Amino acid sequence: MIHQYKLGEYNIVLDTCSGSVHAVDEVAYEVIALFEGNSRDTVLSLVAEKFAGREDVTALDIEECYDQVVELKEEGKLFAPDNFAPMAGKLKEKTAGVVKALCLHIAHTCNLNCSYCFASQGKYHGERAIMSFEVGKRALDFLIENSGKRRNLEVDFFGGEPLMNFQVVKDLVAYARSIEKEKGKNFRFTLTTNGVLVDDDVIDFANRECENVVLSLDGRKEIHDRFRVDYAGNGSFDRIVPKFRKLVEARGGKNYYMRGTFTHANPDFLEDIKVMLDLGFNELSMEPVVCAPGDPSELTPEDMEIVKKQYEDLAFLMLEKDKEGKPFTFYHYMIDLTGGPCIYKRISGCGSGTEYMAVTPWGDLYPCHQFVGEEKFKLGNIWDGVTNTEAQCEFASCNVYAHPECRDCWARLYCSGGCAANAYHSTGSVTGVYKSGCELFKKRMECAIMVAVDRATREE
Amino acid sequence: MKHIKTINTKNLCESAKNGGCGECQTSCQSACKTSCGIANQQCENTQK
Repeated sequence: MIHQYKLGEYNIVLDTCSGSVHAVDEVAYEVIALFEGNSRDTVLSLVAEKFAGREDVTALDIEECYDQVVELKEEGKLFAPDNFAPMAGKLKEKTAGVVKALCLHIAHTCNLNCSYCFASQGKYHGERAIMSFEVGKRALDFLIENSGKRRNLEVDFFGGEPLMNFQVVKDLVAYARSIEKEKGKNFRFTLTTNGVLVDDDVIDFANRECENVVLSLDGRKEIHDRFRVDYAGNGSFDRIVPKFRKLVEARGGKNYYMRGTFTHANPDFLEDIKVMLDLGFNELSMEPVVCAPGDPSELTPEDMEIVKKQYEDLAFLMLEKDKEGKPFTFYHYMIDLTGGPCIYKRISGCGSGTEYMAVTPWGDLYPCHQFVGEEKFKLGNIWDGVTNTEAQCEFASCNVYAHPECRDCWARLYCSGGCAANAYHSTGSVTGVYKSGCELFKKRMECAIMVAVDRATREE
Repeated sequence: MKHIKTINTKNLCESAKNGGCGECQTSCQSACKTSCGIANQQCENTQK
């Protein structure tokens, strides 16, 4: 299967199953489009007809181009068949029972009151609570006990606002560091914060201990302050931006994401990206809002068109900044064409509910942070392990071939079947398809690949 | 005249040979937390 598109100065052809990416001229673009299902003579004559009157396109050119396409097909770089379906369940089968990542819900409470919060202001539609050190310690032990031969173990401190329970965060990291060597493990911590409680102590801790920090900022002050307000209704922009700048400056090149959310209020989110850049941040992430259908912040069909255009303009801005020698990263465009994941990972789907789980302040296990509070998906707890094997099986069987809609999608090996939570919340099934999410994902991939093509071409 | 420029990419069929170690990051974890994409992940297989 192939996918062809034009973006910027490029005509791009993606070969889904080999992962090959080709930048082609307009003759090749037409030859490839006609290649399958037509004889050589038919392709040559249809393309010649298309370019009739163009002196720069000769019959010999078209023949030469056709032969190149044949050659690439023989090399398995065009029209490669999908032989991966039998491997789809293998990775999860092989790693059944192995857990390698936990999202610790350190605090089911928050010092901000953002109306668009998928976690209902950190409470996940339940009671306010904070995780005790004992629960957190047991969660880390559970992770080590169930991680098999995995060396890299990932732990996210998440909420609500995890810094509302900062001492426990620090104590858990100290505990993990005290045992990781003897257990043969390497803990990687991530802290997600709204910034309100960031101080020198937090900065020092985050930069010393956290592989990554995710800092919530929506961009323009008026956009940020529209949703990200405290309980008195005051916007948080002016309070958090100086703290984030200090944290990032002190980070010394370690990873971070300045992560924003765009909603119906700002489908023109590129303006927010530009504000982040002006503030000196250059590792950026901007996500479409996740909310219930009918929510006032939901993106409308008109917004979706604006958003798609924004993704294209963002790609062009990236190329412009590259040329100025001021590159920046955007989470969804960080595609590594030569060193990305292997085919097993690409077809196995998200690891939620199998290798990745969320732990509530009470020690309950859920397939991921987005399922917390959905009682039927409660998998068990950190003392007894997974007891709801029926729910876990649903997640274990979730791979790219489990979604009938994905079979004919060119982007399936870039998304791996999509987010189970988004699928569930939009269709009622974890093997469903969140259509508007797919639409945006495909646009992002086209843009990301165009940026990668441009960079690869310029490197040469 | 070369009409097609093939960009250097990972060969997905080849990656099946030594793949599936499971060391790479879980999809949206440590990052966006609200969408899934694996294209931007790094391979962490040390046995390749």
